[in-house]
Amino acid sequence: MAKIKTHVLCCGGTGCKASAGDEIIANFKSILKEKGLQDEVQVIKTGCFGFCEKGPIVKMMPDNTFYTQVTPSDVQKIVEEHIIKGRKVTDLLYLDPENQQHVADSKHMGFYKKQLRIALRNCGFINPEDINEFISRGGYEGLGKALSEMTPQDVIAEVTASGLRGRGGAGFPTGVKWGLCAKNEADQKYVVCNADEGDPGAFMDRSIMEGDPHSIIEAMAICGYAIGATKGLVYIRAEYPLAIERLQIAIRQAREYGLLGTDILGSGFDFDIELRYGAGAFVCGEETALIHSMEGQRGEPTFKPPFPAVSGYLNKPTNVNNVETFANIPIIITKGADWFASIGSEKSKGTKVFALAGQINNVGLIEVPMGTTLRDIIYEIGGGIKNNRQFKAVQTGGPSGGCLTSKHLDTPIDYESLMAAGSMMGSGGLVVMDETSCMVAIAKFYLEFTCEESCGKCSPCRIGNKRMLEILDKITKGNGTMQDLQELRNLADVIKDTALCGLGQTSPNPVLSTLDNFWDEYVEHVVDKKCRAGVCKSLMSYEIDPAKCIGCGACKRVCPQDAISGEKKMAHHIDNLKCIKCGACYEKCKFGAISIK
Amino acid sequence: MAKVKSLAELKAMKEKLQSNIDLREKCDNPESVVQIKVAMATCGIASGAKQVMEHMMEKAEELKISAVFTQTGCMGYCHAEPTIEVKLPGKDPIVFGNVDNKKADEILEKYVLNNELLDGIIPVNYEIIG
Amino acid sequence: MIKLTIDNKPVEVAEGTTILKAARQAGIHIPTLCYFELAGMNFENKPGGCRVCVVEVVKDFNGRPRRNLAPACATDCVDGMVVLTHSQRVINARRTVVELILSDHPTDCLTCAKSGQCELQKLAQNLGIREIPYKGEQSTYRVDMSPSIIRDVDKCIMCRRCENVCNNIQSVGALSAVNRGFQAVVAPAFEQDMVDSPCVMCGQCVQVCPVGALSEVDDTRKVMMAINDPKKTVVVQTAPAVRVAIGEEFGMEPGTIVTGQLASVLRQLGFDYVFDTDFAADLTIMEEGTELLNRIDRYTKGDKSVRLPILTSCCPGWVNFFEHNFPDMLDVPSTAKSPQQMFGAIAKSYWAEKMGINREDLVVVSIMPCLAKKYECKREEFYVNGNPDVDYVLSTRELARLIKQFNLDLKEVEAQEFDDPLGESTGAAVIFGATGGVIEAATRTAYEVFTGKKLEKIDFTELRGLEGIRDAWVDFNGTPIHIGIAHGLKNARTLLEKVREGKEQFHAIEVMACPGGCIGGAGQPYHHGNSKIIKKRFDAIYEEDRNKPIRKSHENPSIIKLYKEFLGEPCGHKSHELLHTHYFDKSDHVEIGE
Repeated sequence: MAKIKTHVLCCGGTGCKASAGDEIIANFKSILKEKGLQDEVQVIKTGCFGFCEKGPIVKMMPDNTFYTQVTPSDVQKIVEEHIIKGRKVTDLLYLDPENQQHVADSKHMGFYKKQLRIALRNCGFINPEDINEFISRGGYEGLGKALSEMTPQDVIAEVTASGLRGRGGAGFPTGVKWGLCAKNEADQKYVVCNADEGDPGAFMDRSIMEGDPHSIIEAMAICGYAIGATKGLVYIRAEYPLAIERLQIAIRQAREYGLLGTDILGSGFDFDIELRYGAGAFVCGEETALIHSMEGQRGEPTFKPPFPAVSGYLNKPTNVNNVETFANIPIIITKGADWFASIGSEKSKGTKVFALAGQINNVGLIEVPMGTTLRDIIYEIGGGIKNNRQFKAVQTGGPSGGCLTSKHLDTPIDYESLMAAGSMMGSGGLVVMDETSCMVAIAKFYLEFTCEESCGKCSPCRIGNKRMLEILDKITKGNGTMQDLQELRNLADVIKDTALCGLGQTSPNPVLSTLDNFWDEYVEHVVDKKCRAGVCKSLMSYEIDPAKCIGCGACKRVCPQDAISGEKKMAHHIDNLKCIKCGACYEKCKFGAISIK
Repeated sequence: MAKVKSLAELKAMKEKLQSNIDLREKCDNPESVVQIKVAMATCGIASGAKQVMEHMMEKAEELKISAVFTQTGCMGYCHAEPTIEVKLPGKDPIVFGNVDNKKADEILEKYVLNNELLDGIIPVNYEIIG
Repeated sequence: MIKLTIDNKPVEVAEGTTILKAARQAGIHIPTLCYFELAGMNFENKPGGCRVCVVEVVKDFNGRPRRNLAPACATDCVDGMVVLTHSQRVINARRTVVELILSDHPTDCLTCAKSGQCELQKLAQNLGIREIPYKGEQSTYRVDMSPSIIRDVDKCIMCRRCENVCNNIQSVGALSAVNRGFQAVVAPAFEQDMVDSPCVMCGQCVQVCPVGALSEVDDTRKVMMAINDPKKTVVVQTAPAVRVAIGEEFGMEPGTIVTGQLASVLRQLGFDYVFDTDFAADLTIMEEGTELLNRIDRYTKGDKSVRLPILTSCCPGWVNFFEHNFPDMLDVPSTAKSPQQMFGAIAKSYWAEKMGINREDLVVVSIMPCLAKKYECKREEFYVNGNPDVDYVLSTRELARLIKQFNLDLKEVEAQEFDDPLGESTGAAVIFGATGGVIEAATRTAYEVFTGKKLEKIDFTELRGLEGIRDAWVDFNGTPIHIGIAHGLKNARTLLEKVREGKEQFHAIEVMACPGGCIGGAGQPYHHGNSKIIKKRFDAIYEEDRNKPIRKSHENPSIIKLYKEFLGEPCGHKSHELLHTHYFDKSDHVEIGE
C-alpha cells in the first residue's frame, strides 16, 4: 500500500460549510480517486481555522500551504498542481495586505504569527468526528491522569494553581468554583457546560464544539470527578445544529470507548453527558437563568445566593462553566498548572479566544495570550483597519462591554485592565470601528440588543433600558437635549447599580463608555444636530453644489423619491423634505457635486 | 467497539494511532524535525523521484527518524534528478542530487543520523518560497 | 447569631435573616414593592424584581464595599455587615426605579379599582414623586375579564405575586410570566382568556396584586338597579366571613364582629329582606352530614359503589379545581350545593311560594368574601328556566364601597337582627368562615345523629388551626372517624393525591381554596400580607360561634321547620332536586386558536 504523503485539511466549520465547504471536500475525494491518489492523500474535514474572513480554507500538509477562498472548481487545480506536481497554486494563497505578497505557509501570516492556540489547539487540525484523531493528539489523557494519578482535591488544586478564570465573561477563578461545589454534600451533583453563546458576532464556543468536541467531554468528566458529579449537561442553543451534531457524535464515540459511562478507565468513576437545547435567549447565558431553562422553567435569573454550587439544577449542587473554560482543562491537567500559569499576565493566565469583527481586514477567530495589546490584535493579527481608514474604537465584551479608544490601544488586555478601562472581557467579542461608525448609533445598537434580550424580570432592566433606548433614539433623530444626556447618565448609573443579574448590571456599559470616551459626539448630535460619521440619517442632508453640477440629470433619474429637480444642463436641487437620504444620488454623481452636510 | 480500560491502554492506543496524524503533528512544528523535500516535477518523476521518496519514508520510519517529506516543484537541477533537499533542525538546507534508494539510505544513516557529509551535494543558488 | 450595623444601629439576627427582616427587627423601615409575605402561612414572594428595597452595603462579608446596591428582601445578613438604607445613592436609585415603573404605568389612579389601596401609589407618595421624568412607550394589552376577575395588565408591574400565589399556594398554574424585556407580562399560557385557562377563579391573585392589574368584577351597579326596580323584590344573604372583616374597611380593628350593623346597613341600602347565608350553612350541614353518614354506613356494609372520603363542596374555587385536576374523582365530593346556592334554591322555591312572589320578580343577592362565588352563581346547573337561583354576588369590598356611596359608616349604625325565616342560624354555620369550620359543624351534627347521644363538648379544637394540612381522629362512640382538612389548593392537591394513591385513608376531608378559609377570601378587604389580620378574623369567627345560643345545625328551629313544611327529610327526594348538584370533567380546558 502506498504511503500517505499529503493531508488535505478542509475547514468544516459553520462559516466555511456555508460557502460550499462540503462540496470542496467531495470534489477533492472524487478527483483524487480519479487520479488514483486516494491512498496517498488523505482528505480531512476539520473544525474552524479561525480565518473566516478568507474562507473556505484548505490547508495542505506537510508543507503548511494555506489556501484561502477556495471554490469547488479550484480543487482540480490544487490536485493537479500542488499534489501531483508539487507546485503551489499562487493565486489561492493569502495575499498580505501590507506588502501585496503571497504568503504560502500559514506560520508566516500575520494572522497566525502572534496567536497562541490552547483552547483552539485541535481546531483546524483534527477531524472532530473521529475520536481516534483526538486520542492520537493525547486526548483523554488528562482524564486518565486525573482518574488514575490524582485525587479530586489534587485536580481542584491543579486547576486553581493554573490561575484559569471563567471565560464566559466574569472571570471567576475556575478552581475556586469547583472547590465550592466539591465541598457541598449531595446524593447527586451536576456539571453543566454553558454553550449558550449569545453575544452578537461571537462564535468561539461554537467553533470549539464544532472543531474539538471531545475536549469538552473530557473536561466535563474531569470536572465531574473533581466535584463528585456523575452527570453532565451541555446547555446548547438549538441554533447550533453542527455543534450539536458533532457533540452527539463525540458523546457516542466516547461511550463506545468507555470514556463516558460506568467505571471509566477502570477507575470506578461513572460519568455521562446529555445535551439540553436552549431556544437562544441571551439571558440564558447567565447561570441561574440557564439552570431554570434546563429545568423547564422560564429562562430568567434568580438572586444569588444561593449559588448553583449550593443549589443549582433541580436544587442540587451544580458547577457551570463555559465551553472555552472547559477547553483549557484537559491540557492543564496533562501539561500542569505551572505551564499554564506561565502564559498570560499576572492576574489573568493562559490565553483568550476572541471573535474579531467589524471594520478590520482579517475577520475571524483568534486566540492570544492574556496581556496581548489591543494594538497587536488589531494591527498585527487583524491586519489593520479596512480600506486604510482611521481606527476609532473597539468594542469588547459584547453588549455588556464598552467601547475603548485609541488611548487604550496599548493596554495589555486581561480581565482587570479591561474592567478598569470601562469595558469587560465578556465572552470575547471584539468589534473594531473606524471613522464611519457613529458612537451614539453604536450605543443604540447594543442597547437594542439588550432590550430585546432582557428577560423583563427586574424593573431597571425591563423599563430602564427601554427608556435609555428611547432617549438614544431621540438623540440620533436630532431631538435630543442636554437634559436628555443627564438623564441618560443617571439611568445608566442606576441600572448598573440596581439590576438583578449580570445582563442588566452591564447593559449600560456601551452607553457609559461612549458617554465617557465620545462625549463630544453626543454633544454634536444634541447641540449642533450633526452626526460626524454620517450614520444618523435625520442629522444629515445631501446637497448639490451648483458650481460643480453640470445638469446631466443622472441623480434625478436615480432618486426614488423624485426629490431632485432641475432643468437639463442647469444646476439641480435636492428637496430635503422629500429626500429619504438613501444616498443613491451621491453614489451616482460623477462630478463630486453632491456632498453630505 | 472495545472499551479502553485503563490509562495505560489509552496511551498504547495513542501510540498506535499517532502515525495517522504524524504528518500533521510534525509540520505543525517543522523546525524541530528533519525536513526532506523531494523535487517532484516532470523531470523528477521521470527519474524515479516518487519511488525514491516512498523508499525513503519507509527507511526513515525504520530508523525512527522524525522527518517531514514534502513534494516540491522543480528545483532547477534537472541534470541531477532525483534531487532531494534535507534540512536538519537549526541548520541550512543541503541539496543532494542523483538520489537513488542506496543514496537515500546513505543520506539518512550518515548525514541525518551522524551528521557526516556526503558526496553529491549541490550548492544552493537561490531561495525558494515556502 | 450575626451582628451587623444598619443605619448606624447595631442589630443582632439569626443566620439566614435577610437585611429587610433585620431592619424591621431594628425598627427601620425599608420600602418594598414586589416583596410579599404571609407570615406563618408558608408564603413568601421575593423575586427580587422591583429593586425598590435596594440598600447600600458599605461593608460586605469581605470587609469591602459591595459593588452594587443589594436588594434587602433577598440579601442575607453576614457578620460585620454595614448597611445604609437611605443614603443619597440609595434614595436616588430607589426614586429612579419607582419613576421608571411609573413611566410604564397608567396614571388613571382616580378611577382605578385599587385607588387608595395601591402599594405603588403609596410608594410614589412616600418618595414625594411629583412628576415622571421618563416618557416613552407604555405597555398596552387587552383587558381580559372572567365572571370573577378583571385582568388589566397595562398596570402590571411584574411583581410576580399573582404568579407565585397561583402556582405555589394554589398549584393552579393559570398565570405565569410571558414574553421578554419590555413586553414581559404575567398572563395565562398562550395569552388565553382566563376563562379558557385552568383558572379556578379563587381570586387569590387579586388579593395579593399590589396595583390595579388584577381586580374583582364590580357588580354593584347591577344590584342597585335591581333595588331601584319597583317590580323586583330584592333579598340579600351575607356569608359568615363577611361579618368579621368588613369593619376593616371602616377603620375598625381587624376581627371586629359587625353582624348586627351589617343587617342594619343592608336594610338602609334598600334590600327588601336581609337574610343570612348562615341559615343555608345549617341546611348544608343537614344534607352533607346525612350524605356522609349514609356513605360511611354503606361503605362499612361493603357497598362497593361507595367511595370514601367524602369531600366538602361548599367552596366554588375548590369545586373548579377538582373538576380541572381530579376528573377521575368526581364521585368523591359531596353532591350538596354550597350554602350560597342552597340559599338561592330555597329562597326562590320555598320562600317565594310562601310569600307569593314570582321567581322572575325575586332577585337574590349574595355578599361573599369570595370572587369564585360570582362565577358559581352563573353555572348553568344553578338556573331554572333561564333564571338563576342567585342573581348577583358582591364581594365584601364591593359592599363596603356601596355603603360608602350611601354615605353610611358601619361604625355608626345600630345593630339589627336578620329577617326570618332565612335569617336564623347557629354557631355551627358561622364557623363555615374559617378553615376546619365546615367539617367541625358537620361533625357536631353527624356525631349526634350517628350515636344518638348529646355532645358533651361542642368545640372540636383538634380540627381548628391555620396549619395548611391537618388531620384528626374523632371518636364516634367507638367508631373512629378520620378527618382531613386542607386550605390553599396546593395543600388540597397534596392531600388528595395521597388519597388517590391510597397512601392515606379518610372518612371526610374539608377543603377551602383560600388560605385561612373564607376569612382569607379574595373578596375580603386587602390584608397586604399581614397575616395577623387573618388570625384576628379567625378568632372572631370562633368568638361569634361561642356567643350563639344554638351551636348545632340540626337544632336550628327554622331548619327543622323547613324540613317539616317543605323538604321532608335530609337527602330526600325534594332535597336532591333542590339542594344537590353534579360535577363536570374540565380537564380538557386548553383551547388554542380557532
